[in-house]
Amino acid sequence: MNRRSSLKNLALIAVLGAGTLLACAKEEPKKPEAPVAAPAKPEPLKVAFVYVGPVGDAGWTFAHDLGRKYAESKYGDRIKTTFVEKVPEGPDAERVIRDLVAQGNKVIFATSFGFGDSMEKVAKDFPDVYFEHATGYKMAPNLRVYEGRFYEDAYLAGIVAGEMTKTNVIGFVGSFPIPEVLRNINAFTLGALSVNPKVKTKVVWVGSWFDPPKEAEAAQSLINQKADVLLQNTDSTAVLQTAEKNGKYAFGWDSDMSAFAPKAHLGSARLNWGLYYDKAIGDVLNKTWKTEATKWGVKEGLPEFVALATFIPDSTKKKVEDAKAGMKAGTVAAFQGPLLDNTGKEVLAKGVVGDDKWNGAVNFYVKGVEGKVPSGK
Amino acid sequence: MIVLEARAAPSRWMSVLSPVIALAITIAVAALLFAFLGKSPVEGLRIFLVEPFHGLRGLTELGLKATPLILISLGLSLCFRSNVWNIGAEGQYLVGGIAAGWLALTVTEGQIAIPQWAFFFLAVVAGAIGGAIWASIVAFLRDRFHANEILVSLMLVYVANLLLSYLVFGPWKNPEGFNFPQTVNFAANTDVPRLLRGMRLNAGFVLSLVTAVVAWFFMFRTLGGYKLQVGGPAPAASRYAGFSARSALWSTLLISGALAGVAGALEVTGPMGQLTPHVASGYGFTAIIVAFVGRLHPIGCVLGSFVLSSFLIGGELAQSRIGLPSALSGVFQGVLLFSLLACDTLILSRVRWRRSA
Repeated sequence: MNRRSSLKNLALIAVLGAGTLLACAKEEPKKPEAPVAAPAKPEPLKVAFVYVGPVGDAGWTFAHDLGRKYAESKYGDRIKTTFVEKVPEGPDAERVIRDLVAQGNKVIFATSFGFGDSMEKVAKDFPDVYFEHATGYKMAPNLRVYEGRFYEDAYLAGIVAGEMTKTNVIGFVGSFPIPEVLRNINAFTLGALSVNPKVKTKVVWVGSWFDPPKEAEAAQSLINQKADVLLQNTDSTAVLQTAEKNGKYAFGWDSDMSAFAPKAHLGSARLNWGLYYDKAIGDVLNKTWKTEATKWGVKEGLPEFVALATFIPDSTKKKVEDAKAGMKAGTVAAFQGPLLDNTGKEVLAKGVVGDDKWNGAVNFYVKGVEGKVPSGK
Repeated sequence: MIVLEARAAPSRWMSVLSPVIALAITIAVAALLFAFLGKSPVEGLRIFLVEPFHGLRGLTELGLKATPLILISLGLSLCFRSNVWNIGAEGQYLVGGIAAGWLALTVTEGQIAIPQWAFFFLAVVAGAIGGAIWASIVAFLRDRFHANEILVSLMLVYVANLLLSYLVFGPWKNPEGFNFPQTVNFAANTDVPRLLRGMRLNAGFVLSLVTAVVAWFFMFRTLGGYKLQVGGPAPAASRYAGFSARSALWSTLLISGALAGVAGALEVTGPMGQLTPHVASGYGFTAIIVAFVGRLHPIGCVLGSFVLSSFLIGGELAQSRIGLPSALSGVFQGVLLFSLLACDTLILSRVRWRRSA
């Protein structure tokens, strides 16, 4: 039996070898497509996405992939998209990005902060390729950054949390204590405080963007500390499912997660990345691409607080709708002075709204959050 | 009833061929999987097995990826040959990386004008010391308290990762990095010297090949190497001959820890160029598969490293070329190890039908 299967394998290898030669022979003469498109049928613009998680994470990467599909449906055969998932934030990213460029992709979206240095290195070598880096800050003539004002969704979720909590303790499962995540913790707390001044927020860090068992553990430990409404800045549905098991409440983050926990799910902070991918690809097709930092909020519809649970009282829903309308009109801001950090120091003066520079330097918890931001200082 | 019966004399040829058969089985399974996923098996296999070797950039990237695997698997082979089960090479890799990272930070912050080659040498030494220190904890606990080295070395991986997190979230954090957990980018003179212009392949690759030759010589041409290995298959004979099991424990763990540490140092000062929480990349675990696929032999380790690297890189290529899921490279690694173990079992024993008594 052993011999027969190895004979079969040998045959297979022989077939494969021949196939490989053929395939290689076919590959060789391929030339890079000419930039001057023939008038009849232009080559589709090749667009590639580099994802940090699996597309099936139901969260961050899933939301980006929905955006990719949205752009594909919008532009049809004018573009051709590919993606590479689960790319580690380290030296591997550079190889993946370089390979995507070598494959003829002219627009590269990299959707995690840790891809920044790799993007910068490759962008330098390929001035005719457009690089788009989500949540980063490094820019170049052909490298720009984009992100959503996720904290606006966190603020809206906070309003619901403040109204729904019975223990007046709400919980947050954090990934890394970087400004983006600290803003979400603060906005969640401020939203809750805007409707319920007795609320306190507890935070547990998991040190990862996607680690379902750890996220579940963190959620459980928050629940054990009396938190009864949870939000997370991690990419899986674990927090929501842990809340469901314990009869507590939680939110979906990045995408509509209502299906994963019908009893626990209060609402989802969905990210409509497709809106930006539509714009960015349009910029390239229309030759209007220029280096800029795009930050879209509730007003532009990138973060959208959706799928509010039917059992939430109408009065609460109205408060959420009012805040949403206020954000769109510019009368409601998540970070509005006077604002104190949780040591009592003033971080925003009266009447001042936190601008992007202020946002980028957030390294504290606002009053109402318990504990200390992890730091070696 | 199926029983496994030890063969009187396992075929020598077959034990050398076993990894080749296992690879062939993996390829067959892969072809089936591609077909089930609705892709052409030929095209799929081409991407996994041929495309990574395509062109100068492909080859150099493959070498870059194989470098840590070669170094770690060489050390592990020595360990496994002498029956010391060091499963925590990943932790030793991390501590080696931290040690070299500390050195690079010192040079960067002090703006010390040290020549690139001199720094390369220092970083390798620092990595070796770091990795060896981490492995020495395992050796000490085993030696003094008979603590199981599998568990201890594995647990120390998590400790090493937490140590790294503490450093990059705390004292080593880039003060101008917006609170992001990473160090500053290391100065240019700390970069591992590159072999070719424009390519990332560096002197570490040459070092790993030289190490393979040295390891071969040590294992098969020196008494010291022989002493270490007798303890594995024949502990009683080894004791009778007066070879110390303690010294085998210590020396294999220190050597494999040092090699894993060097791999970490090369990765951190090479393609990474800074410390982030993401230094751990699974090389320490993949190298275990490499060591077994390579028959715990230095030449096998080098070949095995290339095979596993091509799986890892092929996994990425298969996504961008034909839209296959990334989990495939993990599946192939698993199938490879699994069929290798199955082949080994069948070489050592034969399957017999027996009526149950």
